[in-house]
Amino acid sequence: MNWTLLLEQTLNGFQFGILLFLLAAGLTLIFGIMDLINLAHGSLYMMGAYFAATLTKWTGSFLLGAILAIPACMAFGMIVEMIAIRTLYTRNHLDQVLATFGLILFFNEFVRLIWGPIGLDIPLPEVLNGSVELFLGIRYPAFRLVIIAVGILVAFLLYLLVSRTKLGMLIRAGASNRQMISALGVNINFLYTIVFGLGAALAGLAGLMAGPIMTVEIGMGEGILIITLVVIVIGGVGSIKGAFVAALLVGLIDTLGRSFLPDILGLFFSNDVADTAAPAISSMLIYLLMALILAIKPQGLFPPRGA
Amino acid sequence: MKGTPRIIFIVILMLGLGVVPLLADYFDEPFYTVMFSRMLILSIGAVSLNLILGFGGMVSFGHAVYLGIGSYMVGIGTMHAVEDGIEWMANGFLQITLAIVFSALTGLVIGAISLRTRGVYFIMITLAFSQMLYFVAVGNERYGGDDGLSLYMRSDFNGLIDITYDNSLYYLNFVILLLSLYLSHRLINSRFGMVIRGAKSNEQRMRAIGFPVFRYQLVAFVIAGTICGIAGVLSANQTEFVNPSVMHWTRSGDLIIMTVLGGLGTLFGPVIGAVAFLFLEEFLSGITEYWQLYFGPMLVLVVIFARGGIDGMLVGLDKWWSRNSTVKNEEID
Repeated sequence: MNWTLLLEQTLNGFQFGILLFLLAAGLTLIFGIMDLINLAHGSLYMMGAYFAATLTKWTGSFLLGAILAIPACMAFGMIVEMIAIRTLYTRNHLDQVLATFGLILFFNEFVRLIWGPIGLDIPLPEVLNGSVELFLGIRYPAFRLVIIAVGILVAFLLYLLVSRTKLGMLIRAGASNRQMISALGVNINFLYTIVFGLGAALAGLAGLMAGPIMTVEIGMGEGILIITLVVIVIGGVGSIKGAFVAALLVGLIDTLGRSFLPDILGLFFSNDVADTAAPAISSMLIYLLMALILAIKPQGLFPPRGA
Repeated sequence: MKGTPRIIFIVILMLGLGVVPLLADYFDEPFYTVMFSRMLILSIGAVSLNLILGFGGMVSFGHAVYLGIGSYMVGIGTMHAVEDGIEWMANGFLQITLAIVFSALTGLVIGAISLRTRGVYFIMITLAFSQMLYFVAVGNERYGGDDGLSLYMRSDFNGLIDITYDNSLYYLNFVILLLSLYLSHRLINSRFGMVIRGAKSNEQRMRAIGFPVFRYQLVAFVIAGTICGIAGVLSANQTEFVNPSVMHWTRSGDLIIMTVLGGLGTLFGPVIGAVAFLFLEEFLSGITEYWQLYFGPMLVLVVIFARGGIDGMLVGLDKWWSRNSTVKNEEID
């Protein structure tokens, strides 16, 4: 076994997990508090990447572009919430799935109309473009380390926000009993808009950090949306802690499965079988994990209290 | 049965679907036969989805999987028939039988696990299973992988019906649509259907009465999948091409849209929805390249304002009609 490769892939899995967490945290908050399935969450991720690409071009600096893209995404999310999402809270899940599916179609065409059908690149500044030596001569791309660091920082800030601030208190109260808090005089509509905007900002952050690694293209949010849904279902819908654990689990299993499954299968079967079966099985791994977990715990790993 | 606008509309729609190839031949526009053929096939898919979604309240977000299974039965069979000379593998009856068997087995496995969960978990787990099978198809290089398989011939029905002609394939689709409508009519009005519908409105009560709801729902889930598998066989023959995108999750979304657009839980709603969906796609993409820019918001508006779909609007029209006609009768009296 190649230990350098294992370490590298573990870090890659960690980094993918962090991106998944940023998406899943918003999605699970929106579900937990507003009881809304938002399929268009992947579109917000895509918008984050496109905003960052454009703003980087205008300002000439990725850092500046990224910092500006986050509030842009938040504002965008809040506008979408006020125009289209707001009426869906009282509807059943089927209506929500359909309407937000419609929003995906709209956003994809909207991006095609404005930015054109060809994907964009986000150029990284010199500092982030290279690799850093971790120890013993093992090098790892600097930008991926930044993603991991930013993600952990955001997870920590989110924890502080939810457990230590007034807004967090309202969010938790809204999640457990929404009639009660609106009866207590909290402007629930405004709270919903804020939470949706927060989710959009997190999704946008994930998108703008994924942009330089993958290409910025139409439909980039859809593949990762499905994986994010798997994450929140495994973690227990509505639980941020569950989202964090499940995101890292899924990120690691997916990445490690893709890189090591051919070798592992090769130990048991002929190389031919291993080479043909491995890609299919490794793409299925996270879905198998989800089916397994739901078969044992139908509410996910960390079912939210009161549900 | 009185000739209300809704019934008249449905009768005209079904009769109209029955004469499309004749009209298309008369006006020398064979393109329309193919387009309506697609409508019929997706109608069958939507009718089958409606059984569990509309009548059973099970929001399956992976129904396109069975389209894929049916399609691949044709694709794989035909490939072996053409490349390896195993002619019996291109037999349509065999392919339909295999599609039924495999769709039923797949439905049994997916249903048995998914039906343990409820609500949003059910939506997600059906979606996850469809993604799993999608990746199986993508990863399976032997049968085309991501690129799919081109069919060099359509299924062979022992000379009983020669579907190399678009018109005869059209009527095969039409007959199967009628059969699936008849089957779902009989099902939903049977005791079995009553249990399924009862479980939709109040599952706990059904269980308290003493019905093993899970088993009933599982059987409905399997039946719906099986019918959709047959639609998959037809779909592959229609397009003469099979690739994984036939079971992409957006396809499952399309099927849900058709069912809801036409009218959930009504017999003809899914047919109306499938026809309307493909018409809109054809019409809007004729006007603008960015047709989804209009289709997306339209979908949101339908969800928000037109509850009950197109069939719901027709019911509304019926009410308006009967109110007006009673007023007239009173005037005559």
